[in-house]
Amino acid sequence: MSSDQPAGQNGSEQKKAESNHIQTSISKKDEAIIPEFEGDLINKIVSRFGDKIVQVIYIRPGRSKILVPPNEILQVASFVRDTLGFDHAESVSGTDYPKDNQIEVIYHLGSYSVDKLASQVLALSTRTDRNDSRLPTLINIFKSAEYHERETFEMLGVYFEGHPRNERFLLPEDWADIPPLRKEFRIKGR
Amino acid sequence: MIKDLVNPSNFNLLVGKLGDVLTRALDQPLGYAINWGRIWSLWPVHLETACCSVEFGAASGPRYDVERFGIIEAFGSLRQCDLIVVQGTVTRKMAPRLRMVYDQMPDPKYVIAMGACAITGGLYIDSYNVLPGIDGIIPVDVYVPGCPPRPETLIQGTMLLQEKIKRSKIR
Amino acid sequence: MDNLEQKFNETIKMGLEIVKETQEDRLMTLSVGPQHPGSGHFRFTIKVDGDYIVFCDPDPGYVHRGEEKMSEYRNFIQNIPHLERPIIHDSTNITYSYSLAVEELANIQVPLRGQYIRALASELNRQVYTLYWLAIYGIFLGHSTMFMWPMGDRELFIDLLEALTGARVTHAFNIPGGVRNDIPEGFKDRCLRQVAYFEKRLVEYEDIFYNNPLFRQRTEGVGILTKEDAVKLGVTGSVLRASGIPFDVRKAEPYDIYSEIDFKVQYMKTGDSYARSMVPFLDMKESCQIIRELLDKMPKSGEVRTKLQPNPKGPPGESYKRVESGRGALGYYIVSDGTPKPYRVKISVGSFRNMLALPFLLIGSKLADMPSIYWSLNYWPVEADR
Repeated sequence: MSSDQPAGQNGSEQKKAESNHIQTSISKKDEAIIPEFEGDLINKIVSRFGDKIVQVIYIRPGRSKILVPPNEILQVASFVRDTLGFDHAESVSGTDYPKDNQIEVIYHLGSYSVDKLASQVLALSTRTDRNDSRLPTLINIFKSAEYHERETFEMLGVYFEGHPRNERFLLPEDWADIPPLRKEFRIKGR
Repeated sequence: MIKDLVNPSNFNLLVGKLGDVLTRALDQPLGYAINWGRIWSLWPVHLETACCSVEFGAASGPRYDVERFGIIEAFGSLRQCDLIVVQGTVTRKMAPRLRMVYDQMPDPKYVIAMGACAITGGLYIDSYNVLPGIDGIIPVDVYVPGCPPRPETLIQGTMLLQEKIKRSKIR
Repeated sequence: MDNLEQKFNETIKMGLEIVKETQEDRLMTLSVGPQHPGSGHFRFTIKVDGDYIVFCDPDPGYVHRGEEKMSEYRNFIQNIPHLERPIIHDSTNITYSYSLAVEELANIQVPLRGQYIRALASELNRQVYTLYWLAIYGIFLGHSTMFMWPMGDRELFIDLLEALTGARVTHAFNIPGGVRNDIPEGFKDRCLRQVAYFEKRLVEYEDIFYNNPLFRQRTEGVGILTKEDAVKLGVTGSVLRASGIPFDVRKAEPYDIYSEIDFKVQYMKTGDSYARSMVPFLDMKESCQIIRELLDKMPKSGEVRTKLQPNPKGPPGESYKRVESGRGALGYYIVSDGTPKPYRVKISVGSFRNMLALPFLLIGSKLADMPSIYWSLNYWPVEADR
């Protein structure tokens, strides 16, 4: 374990530097051959909102990703639910990018009601500022995101405006440290 | 006079004192018998702290049947329990509860630390929410290593505990 | 606003109004767990008005061990042992989706025989998990025989897995690139014998447990989750299939070899506790068929794993893979930054998703129905806490 662990500060900086690359390399895959069904899905979203607001990336068969600014996420989410038929959130996860000073929150959306969409997972992603991380809550659109959002608040400190319970969930009641999934939180001995 | 001595407020005290007197009087002749009684009716608390509870469940299942060795199936209230098997990782949220459960059990009480996590923190030694072993919270009688320990190991642990009870003075 | 949303809010509001209106001593607050026979490593606070539950608040996190943070400090192979701990009696399935996600990131191909052995181990482990769940369900409802029988039959499957992987419950068998080792000699015959025996036992289970009038009275019509509510709450696995939606990841998005396996997705339409307890049982029956088919179609010889470089890594990217575990869809979302260690690992587990249905079903039901509703949700607290 210790042999390939980059030592101390150096290591964390190296990680920070590489966090930038993640985004760029995904966008390159945009040019890959997109299957018809996914392409159709992507076109529908882009034609509704336009290139300036949403950016839709094809990742793999069955996996597409929408990048939205936080102020548009409610509209896009309602469109995705009402028109496309993605009806529940499978997971909500936050990723910390200290280099960009941003936190990315991803909603993985699935569908039970539309048979064709069963193999599709749509990732709805938005980014918020790291120092003042606030996002509108999606629980009025996807009820299933309620506990996931509460967990994201706890683990990354993203405040979901409109969520009834931005409070402790998994961590002990007397937790007084920074949210543990932020990158500057180091676990002991590492 | 006996009426003044025995009233509801000091009744428990009186019974406790009587118990002490009896214990001292019976220690020599009947100590062995009392310990023998304790050995074959160890009541474990039904407190699961982590994933070792699966193997504890298997140990009380039909193949390993820990009841043969005097460990009665985990059931009922804390007030009649005298054994606590700490089944795995103790997190910072669980630790105060574990101590509370331990405090509520009547004496004499025994503790078995089951699994690597309960002994040292095990696999989760570097996690931010896990205690490095439970001996900081409650005194441990027997350590049962493994991740998770096989039911046979748990049975051997309980047999070691019985050996320990057999040799100890009655309390 | 949604129908469900309204209903949810109304129930909670109704509960809180009763709290306000009535005297303090009319309502009683009960704390179920963490020291409670059955609740396991979980606590939920309920308020009861007489016999009816008017408020419920789940409080998980008693086994929150920070798996996701720990994963960022270990490389892809070192992560396997601790990632299977959240659900050790279904450990092959939780490492299955992890392996799939890593394979997708690092672009690793799995040999055909390896894929078959993986699926076989996964199905055997599903039986082990479901039998344990069934045993606890039995003891939860005071049916001691139903604790002893599944526990005994479970040991036989554990024996098979022990011969296959070398460990009773923590197998660490699925790794990126295949499985750790080939199946031992004579394993096929043992497997077939066990499956044949087990199918006979399943009939007996049905007689003694599922057709038991007491069991039926305690579960039928209790805690009904309608189809629409199930979709909106985003529940998964047997809870979803009990509400009439035949969604199974093995069918919806076949991974590895499952696209070539012929099986039916078992589901029921009533959505009550009985259906939720029946669907895993039907899954076990179907699983026996799948095991037979896998053993039948498995290539006679060949590689079981791809040789990997010491620290496998892939180009920067992200991957979300899911499998059908004993409790439903189990997904891994892994972000890689090009180093041998993951940048972020998120485990989306069925238990955590099903927990949302708990307050929804409990509010308005009777206190005596609490055990049958709670455990029928196919909930394993350690997995939900991660």
